Amino acid sequence: MAAVQDTVEQVRSIDVDQYKYGFETDIESEKAPKGLCEDVIRYISAKKEEPEWMLQWRLDAYARWLTMQEPEWARVDYPQIDYQDLYYYSQPKAFKAPKSLDEVDPEILKTYAKLGIPLREQEILAGVEIPEGERPRIAVDAVFDSVSVATTFKEELKAAGVIFMPISEALREHPDLVKQYLGSVVPPTDNYFATLNQAVFSDGSFVYIPPGVRCPMELSTYFRINEKNTGQFERTLIIADKGSYVSYLEGCTAPMRDENQLHAAVVELVVLDDAEIKYSTVQNWYPGDADGKGGIYNFVTKRGDCRGKNSKISWTQVETGSAITWKYPSCVLRGEGSSGEFYSIAISNGRQQVDSGTKMIHLGKNTTSRIISKGISAGRSNNTYRGLVSAHRKAAGARNFTNCDSLLIGDNCGAHTVPYIEAKNPTAQFEHEATTSKISEDMLFYCMQRGLTQEDAVALVVNGFVRDVLQQLPMEFAVEAQKLISISLEGSVG
Amino acid sequence: MAPLLEIKDLHAEISGGRKIIDGMNLTINPGEIHAIMGPNGAGKSTLSYVLSGKPGYEITGGEVIFRGVNLLELSPDERAAQGLFLCFQYPLEIPGVSNMAFLHTAVNSQRRKRGEVELTSPELVRKVRELGQTLGINAEMLKRPVNVGFSGGEKKRNETLQMMLLEPYLCVLDEADSGLDIDALKVVSNGVNALRSPERSMLVITHYQRLLDYIVPDVVHVFAAGRIVHTGGKELALELEATGYAQYQNEAA
Repeated sequence: MAAVQDTVEQVRSIDVDQYKYGFETDIESEKAPKGLCEDVIRYISAKKEEPEWMLQWRLDAYARWLTMQEPEWARVDYPQIDYQDLYYYSQPKAFKAPKSLDEVDPEILKTYAKLGIPLREQEILAGVEIPEGERPRIAVDAVFDSVSVATTFKEELKAAGVIFMPISEALREHPDLVKQYLGSVVPPTDNYFATLNQAVFSDGSFVYIPPGVRCPMELSTYFRINEKNTGQFERTLIIADKGSYVSYLEGCTAPMRDENQLHAAVVELVVLDDAEIKYSTVQNWYPGDADGKGGIYNFVTKRGDCRGKNSKISWTQVETGSAITWKYPSCVLRGEGSSGEFYSIAISNGRQQVDSGTKMIHLGKNTTSRIISKGISAGRSNNTYRGLVSAHRKAAGARNFTNCDSLLIGDNCGAHTVPYIEAKNPTAQFEHEATTSKISEDMLFYCMQRGLTQEDAVALVVNGFVRDVLQQLPMEFAVEAQKLISISLEGSVG
Repeated sequence: MAPLLEIKDLHAEISGGRKIIDGMNLTINPGEIHAIMGPNGAGKSTLSYVLSGKPGYEITGGEVIFRGVNLLELSPDERAAQGLFLCFQYPLEIPGVSNMAFLHTAVNSQRRKRGEVELTSPELVRKVRELGQTLGINAEMLKRPVNVGFSGGEKKRNETLQMMLLEPYLCVLDEADSGLDIDALKVVSNGVNALRSPERSMLVITHYQRLLDYIVPDVVHVFAAGRIVHTGGKELALELEATGYAQYQNEAA
C-alpha cells in the first residue's frame, strides 16, 4: 500500500505533535473596533462598499440575532463565548483589492506558499510536469482573515462564462445574481450562528456556473485565520444553473494560539435542473493542544438546495481540526428526482469535541439520498454523529441509505450516534446501518507480526476504515486527507 | 552449527495474572521441524504469543535467542523482520484494506527494516500471483479486504500465502489445522512443505496428530503445565493419539 507508506513517511518528516500550520504571519492589520454593535456592522458594510439593501439585510439579521439563544442541544461543552470580546473584521493593512497577483502583499503570498497553496498561476503550471491539457489545475480563492486576497485563473474561467470571485466583489459586479440567491437557502431565521454570520460576514467566495457549462477546472477556497481574537465569518454562495457541473474544494488552517477563536461560516448551494455540485472540505483548523487549550470553535452552517429536477449535491468532508466542530452539511431535496450525498470522515483526538452529521430533507418525489459517515475518536475526545433524514408527505418514493461507523482508539474517548428519522409519506424507504468498533490490540498485533510498526499498523487500519469516503475525494485532496488522518492520530496508541 | 532458536528456562505469565510458561527449554536447529503437542490449556498458544511479542504477557525469567539475538528485547515488528512468522490460529480481519495492499506493506516494511531494496508493485504482484496459484488463491481473493468474509479454509490459505511470501526463518504454526477440512488441510500442508529448506525451521503447535500426517516432524515434544515434559521422534505423536496426555499431566504436576 504505497499510499499508506507515503503517509507514514510524510508524518515522520514532521515533528511529532506539531500542528504543521500553526505558524503566524507577521503582518499589520486593520481592524474594526472590538465587540459587536450596529456601528461595527456599518463599518464592515462601508469597507466593502456595499449597496444599501445589503447593509439593511445585515442590520435585520443583527436585530434578530439579539433575540436568539445560543443552541445547547449539541454534545459539546465549552465556556460561554463573550461576543463583545472579539474583533469582527480584520484585513491586512493598506489592503486594496488587488487587480493582479503582483499587487498581493508578498508576506501573504509567502504564507500560502508555506501552506502549500500556490497562488501564482505560473507556479501552479510550472510545478507539475504533466503534458499540456492533462494538468490538474485548480483555481484558488484565498481568504486571509476577513478578506479575499487573491483569486487565480479568473480570465480563463471568465471565458467559460464561470463567475468565481470574492463575494464582496460579486456584490458590486453581479448584484442581481447575489440578491436573487443570497440567503435563499439559509434564511435569516435559521440558527444563531448563521444569523450572526449574516450580520457580520466579511468575505467568502461566489460561484456561478451558467447553464450547460461543465466548469473547466476545480474551484477552491482556502481559508486562513491569522489575526488574534478575531472571528472569521465567511459566506460562500455557489449556484449551478441548469445542466451545469462544478467541483469545489475548501481548505482551512489557523495559527496555534492559546485562546479559542470563533469561526462561524455559512455556505449556500443552489442547484437547478439537471445540475450538480460536488463540494469537498478538508477542515484542519487548529485543534488545541493535548490538554484542550486553544483551538478553533467551528460553528458552521452548510446547506444545499436541490431546487431543480434531477439535480444533485454531494458533500464530502474530512474533519480533523477544531477544538469544537458543530457542522451539519445538508441537502434540501426539493426538485423531483434530485439526490443528495454526504460522505464524512470526522477524526477527533486530544480533547476535541465533534458534533457533526447531515440533514437530508426529502420534499420532492423520487428523491434519493445517501449518507456514509466514519467517525474516529482517539485520546480523550468525543465524537458524535447527528443526522436527520425526513420525508415530507409529498415526497413519494423517497429513499435514503445511511451508514454510520465509529471507530474508537483507546479507552478514554467516546463515540455517539444520534439519528433522527421522520417519514410522513408511506412510500418512503429509509435504511439505517450503524456500527461501533474499537481498534483492537489483536488487530494491531496481527499487522505488527507481519512487519508493520505500530504507527503503520494504526494508519493502515484507519485508512481501511475510511476508504469508502476517501474514494469520493478528488485525487489531490485524497492524498492530502490521508496524510492528515495519520498526523491527527499520532500518539493516539500507547 | 548454531541453533536457530534457543529457549532457556523461560518463565512467563499473563500480565498481573497466572503463570503460564514455567521453566521451558527448547532448542531448534536450522532445517528442523518440531511439533509441540499437549492438552488444551497447557499454554501452547501462549508460547507462540510470547515468542512473537504479543502485548499482555510478562516474561519473568529466562531468555530466548533467535538467530544470535535476544528475541525478547525486540518489538513484534522487529521480530518479524528478523524472520519469525506466526501463522495465527484465528487470523484477524482488516476491513477496507485489500489483501494485495496488505502483503505489499508487510513485505516492504520488513525489507526496509533489514536494509533491503523494496519490491515494486509489479514485482510484488507477479510474485503473489505465482504463490497464490499454488494455494488456489485467485485474483479476486487478493482484491478482497484482508480475511473479511473469508471461510476458515481461505483464512488459513491466506496465512500460508503470507508465510511463503515473507520467507521467514522460523514459522510458528498455531493450530494450523483448526477449521480446515481435509482438502484444505492438504493445500496448506503442501504450502508449508514447499517451504522446507536447510535454513528454515518450523514449530508446529497442535493437539491433534492429524496435521502431523501431512507436515511430518523431526522431533515431537509434549507440553504440559508450562514446560516440555517429554520429547521423542515422530512416532511419539501416534503414541499420544492412542494414550492421551493424562500420564504427562500427572508427571508435570
